[in-house]
Amino acid sequence: MKYLARRFSFLLIALWAALTVNFFIPRLMPGNPALAMMAKFHGRVNPSALHALEVAFGVNTHQSLMSAYFQYLGNTLTGNLGVSVSYFPLSVSSVIAKALPWSLSLVGVATILGFVSGTALGAIAAWRRGGALDNVLPPAFIVISAFPYFWVGLLSIWLFSLTLGWFPLLGGYNETSTPTWSVAFALDVLWHAVLPASTILITSIGGWILTMRNNMISVIAEDYVKMAKAKGLKPRRIIWQYAGRNALLPNLTGFAMSLGFVISGAILVEYVYNYPGVGFMLLQAVEQEDYALMQALFLLITVAVLLAIFISDILTAILDPRTRAQS
Amino acid sequence: MKVVDPLFGALTKTWQFTTRNKKAGIGSFLLLVLLLITAFPTFFAPYDPTAEIFTPRAGVTWSHILGTTAFGQDVFSQVIVGTRQSMMIALIVGLFCTILSVVIGVSAAYFGGLADDVLSLFTDVVLVIPTFPLIIVITAYVKSASFWLMVFVLVLTGWSYGARQLRVQALSIRNRDFLLAAKARGESSWYVIIVEMLPPMTSLIVANFLGAALYAVLAASALQFVGLGNINTQSWGTMLYWAQNNEALATGMPLWALAPGIAIALLGSALALLNYAFDEIANPALRPVIRTRRKKVRA
Repeated sequence: MKYLARRFSFLLIALWAALTVNFFIPRLMPGNPALAMMAKFHGRVNPSALHALEVAFGVNTHQSLMSAYFQYLGNTLTGNLGVSVSYFPLSVSSVIAKALPWSLSLVGVATILGFVSGTALGAIAAWRRGGALDNVLPPAFIVISAFPYFWVGLLSIWLFSLTLGWFPLLGGYNETSTPTWSVAFALDVLWHAVLPASTILITSIGGWILTMRNNMISVIAEDYVKMAKAKGLKPRRIIWQYAGRNALLPNLTGFAMSLGFVISGAILVEYVYNYPGVGFMLLQAVEQEDYALMQALFLLITVAVLLAIFISDILTAILDPRTRAQS
Repeated sequence: MKVVDPLFGALTKTWQFTTRNKKAGIGSFLLLVLLLITAFPTFFAPYDPTAEIFTPRAGVTWSHILGTTAFGQDVFSQVIVGTRQSMMIALIVGLFCTILSVVIGVSAAYFGGLADDVLSLFTDVVLVIPTFPLIIVITAYVKSASFWLMVFVLVLTGWSYGARQLRVQALSIRNRDFLLAAKARGESSWYVIIVEMLPPMTSLIVANFLGAALYAVLAASALQFVGLGNINTQSWGTMLYWAQNNEALATGMPLWALAPGIAIALLGSALALLNYAFDEIANPALRPVIRTRRKKVRA
């Protein structure tokens, strides 16, 4: 378990780095723009909430940078993220709690679906080297990967919502209905999720196809795969249980490393579709100069990415016996 | 013995590469056309892109092949003139990212030990912090990011992937005989790194430059699209911003929003195709299989 312990300490270091960056960015900006935000608050917020904001943005405090830093760390770790300007008087954490389920389900499902299907397609393409799949997929997805995510969203809105009218235009559900736990509402939510989810899927799947294909090509050349072929094993068994299992390992690491890029794209997809998730909220917070909400969302997205990376580390440990060996 | 001029040799090699590899050929052709447009925008653009003098919301006509904007500007001229900023972002960010990646990745591998541990940890941390939210947070305080601020944040967030790749490759050649020989001759570290280590890594370095340039084009256009760039400059990203703000898609001006996206995709494809071509050079196993017809042997 030495491997997992090392990965866990990396998680903690990265988390600390993100918190520190989050603390120093507003302080490094010329003329602390958070001052304007604080002015809107005076006399409207209870003193302790205001103080938490002052600590977070380095306004009006007579304490040293170091003690402000540690107080900020304490506030953040206990979930005291301040008050939102744009959703006043709600606290930042309660505002985020509303948006989080939308993003987790949309981005989470689309990303996992993209990874699983992309990896499978890449493995098959490499197995049938020179076949139709292998000739068409890589060049097609090289070109698709060069399209901006948000533009693919714009294109599909124009094509499928405005021109053909197949899908609803914007949002996460029909605005005239109230969110309830009913089948009709669930269907409405699914209906609204089809276009944004497909946009994330199409733009992210190419990377997984290409990397899996390339890993698989070098694994297939190994002797043990030739041996499996010579033994007359079924191709399905060789692809998934012999070659695929080993080729998947670098792809899993790659998944962890490029998750940040996928999340970045998902933010824009939410923005284009006005999807009520974390990414849309982040850009709205920017527009309304709600800096407390903005910084909290940045942290939240970072934590989500770091946790996903740690989960993929656990999966690697399960799939790769070498990581479990005592060395 | 025949002496080949090294410059001439390099040129013929490049020429062979672009003509024999299909991906490289298409990529370099696209890049060349876009570079020409970058250099001489006034030659290609029929009108002043900022002039609001035409019928607004006009469809496709011979005089406006991509229609006009809601303000009565020519869309085609805007796409042409906007090429320059995206190209500059791509080249400048690509260059600085590559320099940082090489310096950090290669020195981590060369010096090893504690230096490697610290530099690798730093690289990995920068790599996992989601870049786009970070860029948004930084530029949000500035309101409208100038060209150089955009370059700065993109370089800050874009070097880590390349550094990681270059470190791995540098590690693999660190203990080769030619490097040990150079060290035994008593050459300085800088000499060994620059003269002995970097040349064998050229194709990966070029691939990294192209990857960083692609990242810069996409991230910069996204930043401008959400209104965090300077909205008064001429670029593909700001075109998309104005088109979106005027609901170009819903009000019958789809080309205003679609054309700059296609332009971004053309530049992006050029960079991505060249990137994969360089990958194929570095790793011959990835090259497309050339199918030869085999005659069926009849027993």
